[in-house]
Amino acid sequence: MNVSHAWLARFVPHGRSPEAIRDLLTAHVATVEGLESLRPDLVPFVVGQVIASEKIPETKLSYNSVDDGSGTLLEVVCGAPNVTVGAKYPFARTGTTMPGGLVIEKRKIRGFTSNGMLCSARELGLGEDHDGILTLETSAAPGTPFLEVFPTGDVRIVVDVLPNRPDLLSHRGVAREVAALTGVALQMPEELAALPALTAAVVRGGQEGTAGGITVRIADRADCPQYAAAVIEGMAVGPSPAWLRAAVEAVGGRSINNLVDATNYLLHGFGQPVHAFDAARLGGATLEVRRARAGETLVTLDGASRTLAPNMLVIADGSAPTALAGVMGGQGSEVTESTTRVVLEVAEFAPALVRTTRRAVGLSTDASYRFERGIDGGALEEMLKIGAALLAQVGGGKVTGLVHLGEAPSARPVVTVRPARVAAVLGDAVPAAEIAALLTSVGCAVAASGANGALAVTPPSWRHDIHREVDGIEEVARLRGFERLPDALQGARPGTVPDHPLWVAYRRLRDALVAEGAHEVRPLPFVRGEDASHVRVRNPLAEDEPHLRRSLLESLARRAEYNLTRMQGDVRLFEVGAVFRPSSAALPHEEHRVAALVMGSRRPVHFSEPQPPAYDAWDAKALGERMAAVAHPGAVVTLRAAGEATGALWEIVADDQVVGEIRQLALDAPVWARPAFGIELMLGAMPSAPVAPPQSHAHGTATSQERRAPVRFRTLPTTPAAEFDLALLVPDAVEAAAVEAVLREAGGALLERCVLFDEFRGTGVAEGFRSLAWRLTFRHPERTLKEKEIEGRRQQLLSAVETRLDVRPRVA
Amino acid sequence: MTLSEFLASVEQLAADAPAQIAATATLDEWTAVRTALVGRQAGRITDLMTGLAALPKEAKREAGQRVNAVKATIEAALDARQAALEAAAQGASTPLDRSMPGRAHWRGAVHPVSQVIDEVVEIFRELGFTIALGPEAEGAWYNFGALNFPADHPAMDMHDTLYLGADQVLRTHTSPVQVRTLQQYPPPVRILAPGNVYRRDFFDPSHAPMFAQVEGLVVDEGVTFADLKATLSHFARRFFGAETTTRFRPSFFPFTEPSAEMDVRCGVCRGAGCGVCKQSGWIEILGAGMVHPAVLEAAGLDSETYTGWAFGMGPARTALSRHGIPDIRILYDSDVRVLDQFVS
Repeated sequence: MNVSHAWLARFVPHGRSPEAIRDLLTAHVATVEGLESLRPDLVPFVVGQVIASEKIPETKLSYNSVDDGSGTLLEVVCGAPNVTVGAKYPFARTGTTMPGGLVIEKRKIRGFTSNGMLCSARELGLGEDHDGILTLETSAAPGTPFLEVFPTGDVRIVVDVLPNRPDLLSHRGVAREVAALTGVALQMPEELAALPALTAAVVRGGQEGTAGGITVRIADRADCPQYAAAVIEGMAVGPSPAWLRAAVEAVGGRSINNLVDATNYLLHGFGQPVHAFDAARLGGATLEVRRARAGETLVTLDGASRTLAPNMLVIADGSAPTALAGVMGGQGSEVTESTTRVVLEVAEFAPALVRTTRRAVGLSTDASYRFERGIDGGALEEMLKIGAALLAQVGGGKVTGLVHLGEAPSARPVVTVRPARVAAVLGDAVPAAEIAALLTSVGCAVAASGANGALAVTPPSWRHDIHREVDGIEEVARLRGFERLPDALQGARPGTVPDHPLWVAYRRLRDALVAEGAHEVRPLPFVRGEDASHVRVRNPLAEDEPHLRRSLLESLARRAEYNLTRMQGDVRLFEVGAVFRPSSAALPHEEHRVAALVMGSRRPVHFSEPQPPAYDAWDAKALGERMAAVAHPGAVVTLRAAGEATGALWEIVADDQVVGEIRQLALDAPVWARPAFGIELMLGAMPSAPVAPPQSHAHGTATSQERRAPVRFRTLPTTPAAEFDLALLVPDAVEAAAVEAVLREAGGALLERCVLFDEFRGTGVAEGFRSLAWRLTFRHPERTLKEKEIEGRRQQLLSAVETRLDVRPRVA
Repeated sequence: MTLSEFLASVEQLAADAPAQIAATATLDEWTAVRTALVGRQAGRITDLMTGLAALPKEAKREAGQRVNAVKATIEAALDARQAALEAAAQGASTPLDRSMPGRAHWRGAVHPVSQVIDEVVEIFRELGFTIALGPEAEGAWYNFGALNFPADHPAMDMHDTLYLGADQVLRTHTSPVQVRTLQQYPPPVRILAPGNVYRRDFFDPSHAPMFAQVEGLVVDEGVTFADLKATLSHFARRFFGAETTTRFRPSFFPFTEPSAEMDVRCGVCRGAGCGVCKQSGWIEILGAGMVHPAVLEAAGLDSETYTGWAFGMGPARTALSRHGIPDIRILYDSDVRVLDQFVS
């Protein structure tokens, strides 16, 4: 909302600077986003003082010495008759652009150099006075900005009005707040004081009425609670008077003509959108507010032809729709320069219907913006009278008829405000009398109500946002000022909500993966996908990525490709985030996962290792095991070779549940890129079913937080260990894990460690076999193992793998 | 031998020994010198010890003490020299250029937005807040209805929504977690809810269709606007620095009443007005307010017994300004050269 500082002052003579109004509104009403000078062209002008002056012979010119505060006196030629030594004038230094567009330059006039210009009011665009240069009655030093000593031009105050306060979408509305906050009384602007008296009486009716030869009708009062119209004859369309033009331009509009400007005055001045029809261009002498019929069309003021539908509200003349109610007028009945008889519409349309209509046609206007949020239905007849009189005055016409269908809304329901509750919400014991005074100051009717100082508050017709006690409390808080409310930091009871397990998992995984050298990413979850398998966004941002991802690796793969196109081949990324898939439940199935992608060098280059090896599947396997252990603490994690169909290398199993997989990723990659490996692991479903039905809760059903079994301490051994290696020839068909399982079983309780440390194929190893070597560590908890016992163990192990797996030792 | 003659030989040894030890260049030389000085067969100390026996009884005590002291000094010097020679012997095979770089591992990094969330979480943790989460694919009731958004009202225009179905949305804010948490756990509730939210905003330098938010909620008996102001001002001072000034100004959110925005004094211009604060002298940090009674009622709580306050903030904006990142899209691109700048 653009508020003119000058226009505001005509509603409430506050006597405050634009800056003071800005601070007042921001602190108590709505945020002022900025102040815009409406004469930015005058910013470069300064106060200049004439120190000496001489007539140039045979001319009207004078040759002057001017102090512009720069420290050097400037020689300036001036043609004005009123140059006086010692007087101060607006001064344009060389380089200044005049309001008319002329740039002041150093130039020679009759042999005299002129370094600037002393200015008249007309030259500054401050009026028509050109009798001489503008004398400034000021004590300000030369060089002071002109605007400081001669506050000129209005200032636009840009207010960010939020949807709950449509009453602030007008100068009167903002003025009400300023009046409440400053104690200065609200008044009618002086330009409205001299409006001609209306002689025509207001014809009232329910759904139909006739005045000034025009019949108006409301088809359904639910769509249009009130409809008023004025008929004005003998109008002459022409330029607006200066004050009206200034008002329209001050709020950022463009002056069109007296008639259109007057309707805009009502909109910006009072928040009442009105519309002027050219009576001569209406099809018949009736206006009806009704739903559009299927197939009807209307060319709106912007020239667009719009196809209408029954969910839209229109104003129809005798034959066809001629305006989109509350949104925009029609071209057919638009006022033109030849208009003489006008029908002025002043109406209240149902907010939801205006919203529907403007959305259906995709057109938001100043009018629809206000109707959607709610106008002041209680002021409709006042607006009708002011509007009719204003149009008649600026157009030189006469009001011949006034009609008002429907009634002003009845008083709003009473809201009880208890001082004790004010204190309970604000933490401040505001006295009942002050509460009453504050609420009264913004137009509420306040009466005592029952015990303990409770107040019965009736909000004014223009406030659509005061329904409950707490709305009244908000009024008290903001009018008193948030800054004045106390802010004591107090102790608090501990909450009942445990940390969400998915957050705990996220933090643990993030620490682990950062320690592994990976970078956390937070990419968008949108993917190409397919309707059958993916959740689709109904109104996607991009048609080529309309689905939500099913896998985090999809996102990481795209991010890796992004890096590859930028010649970055060492990529280690991870994300903890949500994936989605369609579900028969009310909402898609949502699951939190962790995924990591690694490719490129396993370590940074070091002089000891000029070409570090690239990540391979074994790195990915170990990383997957590590992630699974962190993500599923306490679970038994195993990695199984994944089935052919999955395309994965391993699936990750935690306590017999498949929770993830490890795969080599097929990227759109340049030839130089190293293989990329991805690990993706489920952390848990994110429940989205309702916790409890609306207006109820499910307290007491929450399960307690999972507790991890503490690690049990093992006493360190005091006896020496015995160690030996076993090199076995293992057929390709036999898995190393199977051999190791046999070794562990046969090794018994004294086998402390069993580590696969070598794989070899080639010389001395037959085709179809490989040599695998394990290092085994045995230890007896109480005594040193004897040489013979150790040899016995070795034989036991060899015989076990031979009988169980037909695996024999490799003989060197 | 008289006592003075004996002592003279001791002092002679004490004077000679350090130079002899220092002169050894190899471990072999050291062994020879050691034998010569303290060797059991013919070491000079050993000789002196033997010589002690020949001294008069009354001189033995003084001479003995002196010999033992010199012996200890020499042995210490021998040990030190041995260590030095051994170290040198090892180094001699590979001379160590200690200016060369160490063997590094890759360094990982937490995303800059997550780093901001961490700081927020840490500060509120000290005040007893725990972490709650909720779904990103959310029901319309939790996202709007329960939060007191009037149906089909201009307030909805503040949230340009991505729809998954008629009553299914990608949540437009983290506030639905307020309602889910209040339905699940009885007061006192003190939670933070960090998470991703979605708006139908096309990417531009300052907008993204998905971004992080951190929600905070306190509900208990006797919670007031004074708690809100005090807690959030405390947060601002912890987050931005002890000298930070805050201001609260009226705002509107359907789910809080009264509603406020909290600003902090612009740290760049200190309130004078500059490009960073768009000449206002203040930087908007978060939206907040007292929980609307309708929200408590939607969660099945008695709005007369309980009061609460809530806030929401966008950590991405803080991340952009604190790191001088000119375009929000950089936070999503995941260029490793960018991410690597945020190693902790």
